[in-house]
Amino acid sequence: MKRFATILALVVAVAAQNASAQTLKAVKDRGMLNCGANGTLAGFGLPDAQGKWTGLDVDFCRAIAAAVLNDAEKVKFVPLSAKDRFTALQSGEVDVLVRNTTWTSSRDTSLGLNFTGVNYYDGQGFMVRKALKVNSALELNGAAICVQQGTTTELNLADYFGANKMQLKTVTFATANEAVKAYDAGRCDAYTTDASALYAERLRVTNPNDHIILPEIISKEPLGPVVRHGDDQWFDIVKWTLFAMLGAEELNISSKTLDEALKSTNPEIMRFVGTEGNYGEQLGLTKDWAVRIVKLVGNYGESFERNVGQGSPLKIERGLNKLWNKGGIQYAPPIR
Amino acid sequence: MSSELSARARPAQVVFYNDPKFRSIAYQLVLCAMVAFLVYGAASNAIDNLARSHIASGFGFWNSTAGFDISQTLIEYSPRGSTYGRAFWVGLLNTLLVAGLGIVFATILGFIVGISRLSRNWLLAKVAGGYVETIRNLPLLLQLLFWYNAVLKALPDIRESIAIPGGAFLNNRGFFLPLPVSKSGFGAVEIALLAGIVAAIAFYVWARKRQERTGQQAPVLWVTLALLIGLPLAVFVLTGFPLGFEFPQAGRFNITGGVEVLPEFAALLFGLSIYTAAFIAEVVRAGILAVSRGQSEAAYSLGLRPGPTLRLVVIPQAMRVIIPPLTSQYLNLTKNSSLAVAIGYPDLVQVFTGTVLNQTGQAVEVVAITMLVYLVISLATSLLMNIYNSRMALAER
Repeated sequence: MKRFATILALVVAVAAQNASAQTLKAVKDRGMLNCGANGTLAGFGLPDAQGKWTGLDVDFCRAIAAAVLNDAEKVKFVPLSAKDRFTALQSGEVDVLVRNTTWTSSRDTSLGLNFTGVNYYDGQGFMVRKALKVNSALELNGAAICVQQGTTTELNLADYFGANKMQLKTVTFATANEAVKAYDAGRCDAYTTDASALYAERLRVTNPNDHIILPEIISKEPLGPVVRHGDDQWFDIVKWTLFAMLGAEELNISSKTLDEALKSTNPEIMRFVGTEGNYGEQLGLTKDWAVRIVKLVGNYGESFERNVGQGSPLKIERGLNKLWNKGGIQYAPPIR
Repeated sequence: MSSELSARARPAQVVFYNDPKFRSIAYQLVLCAMVAFLVYGAASNAIDNLARSHIASGFGFWNSTAGFDISQTLIEYSPRGSTYGRAFWVGLLNTLLVAGLGIVFATILGFIVGISRLSRNWLLAKVAGGYVETIRNLPLLLQLLFWYNAVLKALPDIRESIAIPGGAFLNNRGFFLPLPVSKSGFGAVEIALLAGIVAAIAFYVWARKRQERTGQQAPVLWVTLALLIGLPLAVFVLTGFPLGFEFPQAGRFNITGGVEVLPEFAALLFGLSIYTAAFIAEVVRAGILAVSRGQSEAAYSLGLRPGPTLRLVVIPQAMRVIIPPLTSQYLNLTKNSSLAVAIGYPDLVQVFTGTVLNQTGQAVEVVAITMLVYLVISLATSLLMNIYNSRMALAER
C-alpha cells in the first residue's frame, strides 16, 4: 500500500510540479534532512532498540545534516526497500538516498538520478551452510539461491551462472529480511548479496557458525549516495560531504584531534577547517562546514571502524576502502 | 419526460439555449471536454517533466533483455535470452494460474462450508461457523505469512525429503511429482477421452429429453463417469499403457526433473482459497436462507429427498442471490493474489511492478500497464459471471 502511495506521489509530482532545483533551501526551511536509508542492514543502516539509527550510510546522512544544519540529529530516516528506493527519491520523499546502492550506468543516466561518489567499495558474494561442503561459488551448479528483488545482485547472479554454464534456481524476495529468513529456513542452498551485507546477515541466522561466506567476489559493487538529477548545488554538497570525511582522515583530523587542527598552521589543514579561504561559502554553506562534519560525526575512518570495522560486531577489513595512500582506492580531491 | 417538456416548449418558441434538451447535451459536452483536457494536460505535463528530469519514458524497455531469473515460469524464459515483455507474460500467467485455481478451490470449499453451516448436525454447523468467523476476521497478509512459514518450518530439509510412494518427494523446497510423458499410442487414449466427452453430453441431452417426456430418470452421473473415466482407461489398458514418467531425481543440491510445486505457490494458493472460501461460505448461506422455507417444504411434500431438494429446488433459486456477491469475491481473490509479493511468489506485481520497474525505473508506464491488466482481468471475470447470472435468472412468464 505504501508503495502505491509512493508511486502515486511520483505521478502527481511529475504531473503537477516542475523539477525543483532548490533542495538546499528546502532542507534549511524544513530544518530537517530527509534521508532514504536501509533500515534492516546492520553496519549500514539500522535503528537500535532505542530507535537510534546507526551505520556507515546513516553516519553519512548525519554528516550532510551536520554540514547544512549544524546538527547531526536533524535527520529523518526513511527506511526503504531495494525496489522502492529510486521511486522515493524521484518523487521527492527523500532529499538524498544513502542505502548501499550500487552505482551503475543505467541508474545514473535513465532514472533522473545522480550518484555523488562511492562511500563503500563492495562486491557480491555468497553465503552457504558449512554442511554442504561447498568451497567455491563455481560448485553451486543447480543450487537454489535466495536473493533480494530490485538489486544489481539479482542481475549479477543470472550473469554469473549463465557465464559459467551453471543451472540456477532463484527464489526472489521483496526485502532482505524475508530472503534471509527463507535461506535460514532451508528454502535455499545459498544467500547472495554484497559481501559487506553478508557479514551482517550472517549474524542474524539461527546459528552463524554453521554458515560460511565463499571466497568469490563475482561483481564490482561501488555503493554510493544518490541525489536527484538537476540540482547541481545539492549534488556538490553531498559529493563534498564524502570528500570532507575522506579528506579529514587523510589529514589526520578526527573528532578527537579537531581542536589541534583548528590551531594548525598547515595551509592544507587551514583550508579544510576554514581558517583560510571561503571554500564552504562557495558550496552555499558556512566556512566551518567540514569542521561541523568531523566534530559531529567524525572522519571516514572513524565512521568505518565504529560501524563495520574492528569496533563493530561485523569486523570487516578495510580492504579497498583504505585511503589511496594506504593501499586502498578511497581518494578525495583537494580542497582549495 | 424531456420530450414532453420540449413538446410543450415548442409553441412558445423559446431561444435554443433555454431548451432543456440542448442544455443537458451542452453541459455534458463541456464536462467531457474539460475532463479530456485535464487528462491530456496531466499526461503531457508528466511526459515533459520526466524528460526534463532525465527519467526515461516510453515503452522501449519492453524489448530489452531482462537479465534476471524467475523461479516459476509456465512459458520458456531465460535471464539472458528473454525480454522484459516476456517477463511480463510470465508474471501474468503466474497470476492467472494462482487466481484460476484459487477460484475453483475457494468455490468448492466455500459451498461445502456454507451448506455445512446450515446443517442440522450440531458439530458440523459449529465447526463451519468457527472456520468462517476465524478466517474472515484475520488479515489476509498475516495468513499468507503464516501459511508460508508453516509450510517452510513444518516440512523437512531437502536432504531428508519425505519420499511418497510412486516417486514423489515432499520437502521445504516444494512438492516434486513425476511428470507424465506420453509414448506412441497415447493419441488413442486422447481420442477415447474426446469421444467420451461427446457421448456424455449426448447422453445427458437424451436423458433430459426423456425425463421431460416420460418422467423417468436415467443414471446420468454413473454413465457420465463411465464415459469420461472408464472409456479412456479401457483404451489405455488395451493399447498397453502408453505413458511413461519422468521421475524427480535427487541432485547435488536440489531435486531435478518432474513437476515442481513451489512452496510459495502452495502457500499463496492455500491462503487465498481458505480466506476467500470463508466469504463465499457466507454468501452461500445467505443465498440459501433467502429461499423461503415453503419451497423446501413443498419439495418434501412432493416426496423429494433432502439431497435432490437442495440440488433441484433450493440451490437454483439461491444462485440468483449468490452470483452477484460471488463475482465480487472472485474479483477480490484475483486482486488479493498480488500479495504474493510478500512471500516471494513471482506473480505479475512481484515480477513486473517489482523487478522490472526497479531495473527500468519507468514507474509510470509499468504501473499503468499493471493497472490496465488487473482491470481487464476483473472486467472479463465480471462479464463471464454476468452472462452466467442472466442464464440463471428466474425466467419470468
